[in-house]
Amino acid sequence: MIKKLSAPLTNKDIQSLGVGDQVLISGKIYTARDAAHREFKGNPPFDVKGQILYYASPTPTKPKAVIGSIGPTTSSRMDAFTPELLKKGLKATIGKGTRGREVVAAMKKFKAVYLVVPGGAAALLAKHIKKARVVAYPELGPEAVLELEVLDFPAIVAIDSKGRNLFEIGKKEYSR
Amino acid sequence: MREISAKKITETVKNLCINANTDLPEDILEALNKALAKEESPTGREVLRQLISNAKIAKQEKVPLCQDTGTAVVFIEMGQEVRVIEGSLEEAIHTGVSLGYHKGYLRKSIVTDPLKRKNTGDNAPAVIHTEIVPGKNIKIGLLCKGGGAENRSAVKMLKPTSSKDEIEQFILETAEKAGPDACPPFIIGIGIGGNFDTVTLIAKKALLRPVGKHHSEKDTADWERELLDKINKLGVGPMGLGGRVTALAVNIEKRPCHISSLPVAVNIECHAHRYKEAVL
Repeated sequence: MIKKLSAPLTNKDIQSLGVGDQVLISGKIYTARDAAHREFKGNPPFDVKGQILYYASPTPTKPKAVIGSIGPTTSSRMDAFTPELLKKGLKATIGKGTRGREVVAAMKKFKAVYLVVPGGAAALLAKHIKKARVVAYPELGPEAVLELEVLDFPAIVAIDSKGRNLFEIGKKEYSR
Repeated sequence: MREISAKKITETVKNLCINANTDLPEDILEALNKALAKEESPTGREVLRQLISNAKIAKQEKVPLCQDTGTAVVFIEMGQEVRVIEGSLEEAIHTGVSLGYHKGYLRKSIVTDPLKRKNTGDNAPAVIHTEIVPGKNIKIGLLCKGGGAENRSAVKMLKPTSSKDEIEQFILETAEKAGPDACPPFIIGIGIGGNFDTVTLIAKKALLRPVGKHHSEKDTADWERELLDKINKLGVGPMGLGGRVTALAVNIEKRPCHISSLPVAVNIECHAHRYKEAVL
């Protein structure tokens, strides 16, 4: 099922999403990966309430382009930092690969979802980004925190707020 | 003796870097289309559709297929009747990588020291493997290898008495553990034999074989097909979200080895298999 989402998200939005749903996100989302999470020290430089965090760092921007290619990085590397951000009101994270038990528990507790975009779809995903600006840590280069204005950015609900996990469900369904 | 200038090598490597990162090889694209026809999972199909569409956009707009533009792994086959003039071969390659990653707006992912981790700023140095072969040409192959899939690769020193089943178990476990993080559907390069160092190199070279082309020995070719079938029964699927297609190809390379050894290496490659070659 394809659902349109507009960021920032509400608890109602989150509860309407089930594992395996395809979503098209519009509005503002934020990037952060390893180095930015280390810099947060529990206090991100923007209000995370209702927001969506994308684990990504783009290739350099070509002249006249909005942004370079920008696909997901492996989410589990950010697991240690995620429950704290979910507690502060972060509603969704986007990346690739599965999440640890503690992250899933925090997603259930604080009502959040985990979305997956295909690794290696970086050129396609960049097409859905209309504006990009650095909002923190410019010194981190490609790992700086970016605010992205996205339009119909496609993603898949891999873990929903009830803790249902598509990596487990899908594998079970198709293994023989 | 034939002479080729270092400048020519630099220019070739530069172009290979840009082409490899923006133009997915035809055999991979064809394999993705076949995977789409075969995949039963709706989510898996959606992932594959996006990957095919991504390849078209990257080619048309000359932008990188993936933001991880990889380590530049360069395979040189150097004819013994040709020599490089006006500079060193290795320097020419590193300069080519540096220029290619700069001019192609590719991400720089190499750090100078594995512990201090300061970015070199130009994606050099490349990893270079050189072979001397008969003839007067220089063949340059460039594989841009992403970090995620490389991290999920493994090597194991088995016993010479280990059964084929034990080898299979190690291969299947490695493929399954690579799971969602290493960006399936994979290309899986397997090295068997040689020693600790050659086994990983032949596993990587196995990745360079076009998808659909099998080993020249019939029993090994049959084993590649069986392994592919078994890996696709794991259910991991595109991006690990469940499905019938977990790998696009399994390629095996073998080498003679010591009576007390049986090294096995599994090199995992993501679906964004960026390999191009040129002959000078």
